[in-house]
Formats: sequence, structure tokens, C-alpha cells
Amino acid sequence: MSDITNDVLTTELADSIGELGEVAKSAFDVDGERVLRFGGLLALALVFISLAGMPEGLDGRQILYWINPDTYVNHPDGQGLSLGYLSLLMWPVLLGWAVGNEIVLEGMVASKRGTRDLVSGFLVGAVGGLGLGVFTILLNAFDLRDPLVNWSEDLYVLLTFNRGWSLAIWLWPLLSGGLGAFGAAMRVMPDFARKAVLSAVLAVLALSIFQFLVDDLLGGVGETMADPGRISNFFESDPSEGRPRVDSVFDGLIDFTYAKTGGLRLQGIILVGVVAAGLSLLGSFVTRGRFKTARKEYFDRPVAERTQSTAILMFVTALLLIILPFFTGKIINELLANVGIFLLLALGLNIVVGLAGILDLGYVAFFAVGGYTTAVLTSVGRGENWPSWVPILDGPGGWLITLVLVVLFAAMTGLLIGAPVIRMRGDYLAIVTLGFGEIIRILFLSDWLKGYFGGAQGITNIPSADFGPLGAVNGIDPRSVFYLVLVFSAIAIYVSWRLEHSRLGRAWMAIREDESVAEAMGINTVNMKLMAFVVGAVLASFSGAIFSAKVGSIFPTSFLILVSIIILVVVIVGGMGNIMGVIVGSLVLIGVLGGPKQPGLLQEFSEYKLLIYGALLIWMMLKRPEGLVPNVRRSRELHQDEFLQDAWLKGEVDTDDEGDEVATEVAPA
Amino acid sequence: MSERILDIQNLSVTFGGLHALRDLNFHVDEGEIVGVIGPNGAGKTTFFNMISGMVTPTSGDILFEGKSLIGLDPNQVTQRGISRTFQNVRLFANMTIAENVMVSQHCRTKQGVWGALFNTPSFRKEEAEIRAHAEKVLGFFGTRLIGYRLEQPASVLSYANRRRLEIARAMATSPRLLLLDEPVAGMNPKESAELTDLIGKLRSEWGFTIVMIEHDMNVVRDVSDRVVCLDHGETLAQGSFDEVSNDPEVIEAYLGRPLEKQKS
Repeated sequence: MSDITNDVLTTELADSIGELGEVAKSAFDVDGERVLRFGGLLALALVFISLAGMPEGLDGRQILYWINPDTYVNHPDGQGLSLGYLSLLMWPVLLGWAVGNEIVLEGMVASKRGTRDLVSGFLVGAVGGLGLGVFTILLNAFDLRDPLVNWSEDLYVLLTFNRGWSLAIWLWPLLSGGLGAFGAAMRVMPDFARKAVLSAVLAVLALSIFQFLVDDLLGGVGETMADPGRISNFFESDPSEGRPRVDSVFDGLIDFTYAKTGGLRLQGIILVGVVAAGLSLLGSFVTRGRFKTARKEYFDRPVAERTQSTAILMFVTALLLIILPFFTGKIINELLANVGIFLLLALGLNIVVGLAGILDLGYVAFFAVGGYTTAVLTSVGRGENWPSWVPILDGPGGWLITLVLVVLFAAMTGLLIGAPVIRMRGDYLAIVTLGFGEIIRILFLSDWLKGYFGGAQGITNIPSADFGPLGAVNGIDPRSVFYLVLVFSAIAIYVSWRLEHSRLGRAWMAIREDESVAEAMGINTVNMKLMAFVVGAVLASFSGAIFSAKVGSIFPTSFLILVSIIILVVVIVGGMGNIMGVIVGSLVLIGVLGGPKQPGLLQEFSEYKLLIYGALLIWMMLKRPEGLVPNVRRSRELHQDEFLQDAWLKGEVDTDDEGDEVATEVAPA
Repeated sequence: MSERILDIQNLSVTFGGLHALRDLNFHVDEGEIVGVIGPNGAGKTTFFNMISGMVTPTSGDILFEGKSLIGLDPNQVTQRGISRTFQNVRLFANMTIAENVMVSQHCRTKQGVWGALFNTPSFRKEEAEIRAHAEKVLGFFGTRLIGYRLEQPASVLSYANRRRLEIARAMATSPRLLLLDEPVAGMNPKESAELTDLIGKLRSEWGFTIVMIEHDMNVVRDVSDRVVCLDHGETLAQGSFDEVSNDPEVIEAYLGRPLEKQKS
């Protein structure tokens, strides 16, 4: 009895001093409801991921080895961590960290971090792990393979470490709890330690997951360093072609860190971890964020003062981009070429959606028109119904002539689709564009036009884009494609930038803000929206023309509605209305995750690409709706309350006109 | 007599069975300031919407400088030289103050895609002119909307300044006729008095003809040459402020019927 009263007293005391200062709460004074909520979430996430087939599908890919696989083959207990297990094990860490999240507003006192956080983290992990343990029992007891394809013996073996559920039921809570506590520990640690641990963990994971990228990059750089002559042969079609593979200067390093079968070896893990943590500590103690301050100071300066340095920066970037393909291997160049193709599309859509606010869900139509026009005008494999006066421009320079016609056709299609659509607003417009996007694809697929576009067989034998003395661009040589998309992306970026800061850009912004008012202020909204639509269409058709020359054959299946959606996701995740955002969005989504059919850096995750896209989109919309690199206006719009609060704190909001001098004194002559 | 700039003949509009405006006859002479008053729901804003092309009348005609405005889109009406403000301030809140005023010069400028892409001398010249005109228009309101404010989003402005910016935005379209929908609503007496002054200046210095909907009778009295009172979509009274304000029907529309009259 006395214990209880004592507890009550302590709580009351804590409450009463709570307003005065920090409260040191006891280690076990955790928020039970919150822990259960997060634990339940974790359990659901783990079971969902297991049933989605990730652990099983990715188990073949070992990323870390504690036991060297080159010496011990097939150790019975496994020799390291596979990507499959990682797909489960990362969640306790993340949720263990998330459970300690606390919103501290102005005037509130943050609670002291300590053992209490570790305990909550552990409990969250343990609850989630228990959920997975129970799931293994269910796996053993029932057979639900019929609706759930991944409900299998293999999954059971994997989740129970081949030792039955009696092990899993206590091992998973412990393991997951430990990881949860590790996640929570990140909040308890001092700043510098957290940064160091985080960099070490992320570096190890990144270098193991993106191993082929590191191989490709170090191989390319190493070869070029060993044989600098490669760069001078600028116009040679492919640096690796016809030259013996030179031993990269980094070969030794790679052999030291990576196992032959792929994955970091123990010594590699230690090396990478120590280097990353060391660099992070260096940042914390030696440079102390001086770079950040310098960068901020630079960007705070007025634009006019920065013109010269901006020009230098752009020049250096351009130079780096031009020599980049010499240091990277085929895989990376291919990847960059894909990123470029989607970047072009995204830049075009950014004008339509980001600037003019027209939600076009059928954007892929223009990509298709660009692709098919190029195919018809250059390929001998085109449908046989074309009259002979439609030329086949497969000679040198033919692609460029074709491009002029491509632009023409894309603009015409833009006008044709746009004219009826553009008078609609909002949701109606989105649905109708969605319909038109499908119509275009189905026309290309149809038997009716089979004699022209080849129906489902598409058009094959599309020749390379031949630029005469400058060489030819085709898919076999991704470096050439990279250069071609680089040129066109530069054009698209320039066009977007110029248009945004012109009379047209302002009109588009006004339309996006309030269409009726824009019209009342004298803007011909129909014409302006149509213009945005056509500019977007032309940029998409560039991309289609390059795509067609790169792949060499096109089919209606390359232009599914999914492409429209993914381009839209790129624009939204990157930051609608911001060119830099669109570039970052394409790099992250297309480069890392991969396009609708193109593999990205995370090749292993291809199967789950759409799952990840969806999850990422939901998370972004909840946490950062303005995108990775937001447009100033858009983030203002989405966070108007916070923005106004900031402006008020800085004294920039005028709340009253008292004290303003009377306007009549300064009236113009 | 000066020239008729706006002539409205037998104008009616019905929304379903509701007669928002019924057989309205109304004219504005060049250089006049006309106040439109009337109780809530009298059809004042519909009247403005109709002139500015946002609502199409059911019958009747609107002549602006002798030519009909019927069937024109709002942007074409603005192009002809009529500009308006909105009762519930409708600025482009996320665009800067300068941009708000620059964008409304759209119909007076003509540079297209090529000029923007190649940054031609004529493009640069036009941009500079747009900017200069914007600053001149904003300067009309003293220092409130210029200087560091130019690059701030319109959403940070105080209520009174938003109203001022809306007037500036309408001024920047270089209209001949300016339609102000409750320009001083929500302002304190001092601000109202100041704006009344400025409305006078809009005519004397900028040469605009003005039609103004206003509930503040002090403002209406001080600035209007002529007052029109609407009720239930019909003209109740027209004439000088004193005539209209003493008209028994107007008083009745605002205050209701005196008790003894109701009995009879």
C-alpha cells in the first residue's frame, strides 16, 4: 500500500516541478501506449515484408561477411548478412529511433534522453519481434500458400534460422529488441558520436549494396589512371572496345575489401566503418561545419553578386559531366543515359504540372509520339503501308532532320489533345488526359494501324542516330547516349529556366494560383495553358527520339500509363516547379530505384520497385510534400502557417498600418 | 456632356429562377466616379462580374466605348480596358508583390517564347519596362509596397495592404475603367480616409474612370460624383449622394419599413 501512495506522490511531485525544468524520468517510465503502437506497427511491417517475399527473394545476395567465404565455403550457420535479412532488420532500428521522436515547441522543455529511451526502443523492437515470432508459428501451423504466394517452407526456414519456431519465438524479440535499442541509442548519444556511428553504418551498407557501382567506378577511374591515353581518343566509339583491360590501380584495394562472391569482408567492413566514422569525427571536431556556414553565406548573397561564381560553377559542372563517362564503366553510363531520358521527360512535365499547374496524367503520349515518329522516319522495319514518298532518313544527319519533324508532330499532337482538354480544370482535366494517354498507346497497338506502326510487334531495326564525323549514338555504346541526353537535358534546363523567368512563366504561375483571377487580369488562360502543354510535349518528344535511337526498337508496351505516373512521381518527389528538384528526383528515383523497365542501382529490388515507389510517395506526402529540393513558392504554399510565423518573428509581416507615413506625401508626379 | 464610356442597356441575368439583375439601365461618363450601393444580395457583385465578363447576361447589352462586351472572355474585357478588384481579396498569394503587379501587365505586352529563350534586346527592354511600370504603380501607395517588400510574397501583407496591392494589380493592366469592389472593407477610419483620397487621385492623376461598390457611406459621399442604389437586382435610385441618401425607398431598403407604414 505504502508503495502505491509513494508512487502517486512522486508523480505529483514530478508534475508540479515539470513546469520548472527538466524532469529526469525513471528508466521504466515509458509511454506504454506509444510503445505498443510502434511495436504493433513494426510487427505488421515485418510480417508484410516477409509476405511480400523480400527476405526470400533477396537472401541470395550476401552483403556482409563475418566469415570469409573465400576460405570457408557454405558455413552451416551462414557467414554473414544477406540483403534479405537486412530488409527485415532495418525496421526495428528505424522504429526504435522513431519512437523517441518528440515534438518540442517554443517554450516547452525537451525531456532528458537516457535509459528510458533505450528501454522504449528495446520494447518496441521486442514487440515487433514477437509478432514475427508468432508469425513463424502460424507459418508452421497453416498453409495459406493459395492466396499468399510467399507463404512457404522456404520462408519458414529463413525466419526460424532453420531451427524451428521454438527458437524464433524468443530469438526474434531479443534480436529485434536489441536493434530497437540501438536505434534509440542514436538519440541518447552526443551529436558527434551519433554522426560517426551513422556515417559508419550507412557507409558500410552503401558500399556493400552498391558494390557493382564501386567496382565500376574504381575500375573505370583506375583504368583511366593506369592508361590516361583513353581520354585523348575522345571520339572513339567506346573506350573499352578494342583495348585490353588494363589492370586498375585499385584492384588490390577491391580484393582486400570485397569477397570474390560479392559482399564486404570483415576486414572491409572494419576499414570502411573506421574511415567513414573518422571522416565524420573530423567534420565534427576539425572543420566544425565551416563548409556549411560558408555555403550558407554564399547562397545568402544577392543573385547579382553570384553571377560570376555561378557561371564558373556551371562551367566546372559541365566539364565534370563531359569527362565523367571516361571514369565510369558501362553499367553506370547506361544508368546515367536512362536517368537522362527520364530527366528530359520530367523537365517537360515540370513545365506542365509544376509551372502551369496542369495535372497531365497522359504525358507518356508525347514520349510515344516522339519515339514512333523517329522510328517511322528512320527504320526500314517500319510498317509496309507507308507510301514511298515518306523517306527513310537513316543516313548521317538523318536523325537531326527527323528531330525537326518529331518536334512538329509532337507540337501538333499537343495542340490536338490540348485544345479540347485545356478548358477543363483540376480533376476533370487529369482524368481526360489519362484517357488520351491510353488512346495514343492503343492506336499504336491497334490492328487497324498495324500496317503503319506494327501493332504489338512494334518497329524494330531503328538505326543509330548518326552524326557523321561526330560519331553515332546507339544503345550498344551507352556513353554516346549519355552525351546525347546531356546535350538535350541542357537544352531542356535552359528552356525551363528562361521560360520560368519570363512573362510566360509569370502568367503560368498566376494561372496555377488562381485561374479565374488570372483571366480577369487579362491573361488568355486557354492560350497560355496550351502553350505550356505544347512546350512539355516537345521536350517529351526529344526524349522519345533519343529513346528510340538508343533502344533500336519500340513497342507499345514501352509507353504504358505507368511511365506517366513514374515521371509524375519523379517531379513530385524531386520538388515540383524546381529544376534542381527534378534533377535530384530523376537521379534518386530513376538512378537508384530504376525506371519502369530500366534497372537502377538497386537492381535486386526491381521486383519491389513499385512497392518502394508507393511507400516513398506516401512518406514524402506526409513528411515533405514540397519535395526533396522544393520550389520556394510551393513550400510557401504548403507551409504557409509556418512561413507566416517565421516572417512574423523576423518582423516582416505588417500587422497594422499605424506608424506608416501617409501615402499622399510620396505620391508620384 | 462628356463621352459615355460605359452604357448598360436593359441588362438582366437570372440564375435558375432567381433574378440577380433585372432590366438594369446604367451609364458611366468618361472621368466619372460612380458609387454603387445597396444592401447585401442586391446584385452589386454580379453586376461587376457581368461587366468583367465572368458572368454572361441573360439579356440586354453592355457597351464599352460604343462596342458591345457581350460574349467576350474576361481576359478580352481586360484587354479592352476594364479592370477590377475583388470583394474577397484574391491576390496571387505565393507570388511576390512585384510579380503580382508584373503579371497583370500581360495583356499589354507581347514577348513570346523566342524572346524569352534567346533573351533578345526587345525582350530585355520589355521586361525592364514591365518592372518599371510595376514599381511606379506600387509607388502610388507610398513606401508600403516598394523597397524590400517587392520581393516578398503577397501573403505576408496586412489586410489593408492586400487591398492596396489588389488595386495596384488592377491599375497595372492600364485600364480606362476601374471597377473597385468594396475597396475599403476592413480598413480602419484613418486608412479609409486615406484610400478615399487615393481614389480621387486615381482619377485626377491616372485618368481612370471609376465604378466603386462600397458600403462605407463616408467614402461614397466623399468621392462619388453620382450614386446608384441597387436592390433585388433593380435600380432603386440614381443621382447625387444627397439625393440618393434621402430617397425614402433607399432608406427603406436599408432600414426596413417604418412601423406605422407596415400597419397600413
